[in-house]
Amino acid sequence: MSDEILIVDGLKKHFVIGYDGTVNRRPITVKAVDGVNFEVQEGETFGLVGESGSGKSTIAYITVGMYQPTEGTMHFRGEELFARSLERPLHLRKEIQIVFQDPGSSLNPRRTIKQILELPLRIHRPNEDRLHEVMRLLDMVELPVEYMHKYPQMLSGGEKQIVAIARALATNPSLIILDEPTSALDVSVQGKVINLLIRLQRELGLTYLFITHDLSLMRNVASRVSIMYLGKICEVAEASRFFQNPQHPYTQMLLSSIPVVSEEEEAAKPEKIESTGEIPSPVNIPTGCSFHTRCPHVMDICRQVDPVMVDTGPGHTARCHLFEQPAELAAPTLAEHSQTVAASK
Amino acid sequence: MAKPLLDIRDLYVQFKVYGGLLQVLDGVNFRVDTGEKVGLVGETGCGKTTTMKAILRILPEPPAVIPRGEIFFKGRDLLNMKSAELSEVRGGGISMIFQDPTAALNPVFTIGQQLDPVIRYSSPQNRRLSKRKIREEAIVSLREVALADPDRLLDSYPLQLSGGMRQRVCIGMALATNPELLIADEPGTSLDVTIQDQVLRLLRELVEEKQTSVILITHTLGVVRETTDRVYVMYAGNMVEVAPTRKLFANPLHPYTQGLMQAVPKLTGGGIAHGIPGRIPEYLDPPPGCRFHTRCPQVMDICRREKPPHFGVDGGHQVACFLYDKDAG
Repeated sequence: MSDEILIVDGLKKHFVIGYDGTVNRRPITVKAVDGVNFEVQEGETFGLVGESGSGKSTIAYITVGMYQPTEGTMHFRGEELFARSLERPLHLRKEIQIVFQDPGSSLNPRRTIKQILELPLRIHRPNEDRLHEVMRLLDMVELPVEYMHKYPQMLSGGEKQIVAIARALATNPSLIILDEPTSALDVSVQGKVINLLIRLQRELGLTYLFITHDLSLMRNVASRVSIMYLGKICEVAEASRFFQNPQHPYTQMLLSSIPVVSEEEEAAKPEKIESTGEIPSPVNIPTGCSFHTRCPHVMDICRQVDPVMVDTGPGHTARCHLFEQPAELAAPTLAEHSQTVAASK
Repeated sequence: MAKPLLDIRDLYVQFKVYGGLLQVLDGVNFRVDTGEKVGLVGETGCGKTTTMKAILRILPEPPAVIPRGEIFFKGRDLLNMKSAELSEVRGGGISMIFQDPTAALNPVFTIGQQLDPVIRYSSPQNRRLSKRKIREEAIVSLREVALADPDRLLDSYPLQLSGGMRQRVCIGMALATNPELLIADEPGTSLDVTIQDQVLRLLRELVEEKQTSVILITHTLGVVRETTDRVYVMYAGNMVEVAPTRKLFANPLHPYTQGLMQAVPKLTGGGIAHGIPGRIPEYLDPPPGCRFHTRCPQVMDICRREKPPHFGVDGGHQVACFLYDKDAG
């Protein structure tokens, strides 16, 4: 088994957004991330999928040190990552870099590409020949060297995102967090950026924590996939297994909601589960399993007890009462359960 | 053959800006038959929304100029209409749903206050509706879009609703006028996948029930495949391909459509194509001939000189590309 580059254990991030009551003021909290465990292997692309408000970006921001976690720990190659970015030792900041969703707002419009790429070099590699390094970086991401004298607004959206990738590479990191790197781009441009990322990973031995809401994209880039819903992870599995044999009802609902372009893909989707209900507000997370308000297989226990992660196959875990082994009888498989649900209707 | 509900012929739209003339729409032909669901796909900035705004005559003029073209709605040219007649078309003929429901609803008025004028002015025969009657109708239209507790919703402000609910309100509002044609501009793009699925399903059910014709604008090919009967593919202000949905997805012909289809990540895996090199041309100085020739992998000499006409391939499948010119051999 390969080494773990990042281990996340019991991570929680609660934001206080206001106070309730006048005398005994109780804080109102948003549980953006609420007890998340996962580990990222060296050299893999670990995918984090979820709808808006599920806490995926919060995890990204904690990892780079923009937020301090409320509870829980993160270890990067055995070293604890606790402090905020500025208090974090320089060598750890150098190893973990991030690419944001919107390249239009993550690049300073008043700096040339050269200035943008020089800043990380100044801080992390002060003894290098900066001009030479900037040229090498641009060459690595297949942008013409003349681009270093341009300003971000002179570039197209795809090119801006490629500059953001080059900036992340400037420190020679080992782990790059990609927070929806292509969701602001057209599909015709997305392919170019993704293929660039895949090539860079192969050549430089990078590890990616890839965050997206696009499952079709995830299928093509990730080696392992995890699904988040309201601050918790519902299911983790190897990518091929995850898409062929999704276990959690939420995963099945997500997969069957994706609009696809061909018959083969239609056949690959799980049986249509009509999506119902709204995503509950993260201020007011339902008791028990947070998905029970929308789940087609909801049982009594789901409303009261929050399920725990259980193994459902090699490297495949899901957090659902359907798979928990009760004391005596074995849990029904999902197929059997659907039959009983159908029969009872 | 029945008369088309909407028929755009050879439409040109230009924008006068500092530094010249943006030649955006470049001879667009577009047709919607009664009861038909038509898709319009293309990249950002290819002129999809401009075309739709031209139909409703809500393009700001100036800077927009329409030097040539006709837009027939039920046989009458929208471009030669007086503003009173246009109001009638907008009130009961054509409705539009915008991409971002948060921007489409006014944040300082309640849902009820925003639905009120829509209902009041959309029924010319009984314009003097009482307040109570209007409220009743508003409740009906919210109930139609599967919103729970419509009575309370009428008194809420848009920011008290979720994104999915806001989009449902917009759909309800657009359908409250009982339009003959509904233009939906990226109705699910700003929503999550599961919510988008719900909204699109609702839209399909409602238009089926009311026999409304629909134009669905999107850049998500999958949504078009699941919703429409016929698709137009647009590139840099030109319609480059039109075909019945099944045919287009089974057999895309234009090099642009092919590139677009390959670039979509597939759920079955198998990697991602490199996409289409280059970017959409500047409208200030569009390339001569076929506007796609600068990015086309199969470019020929003629493409740089002449603009390709639409070549019919078979039953309703037309493509604007010289590769399909049978006479050229």
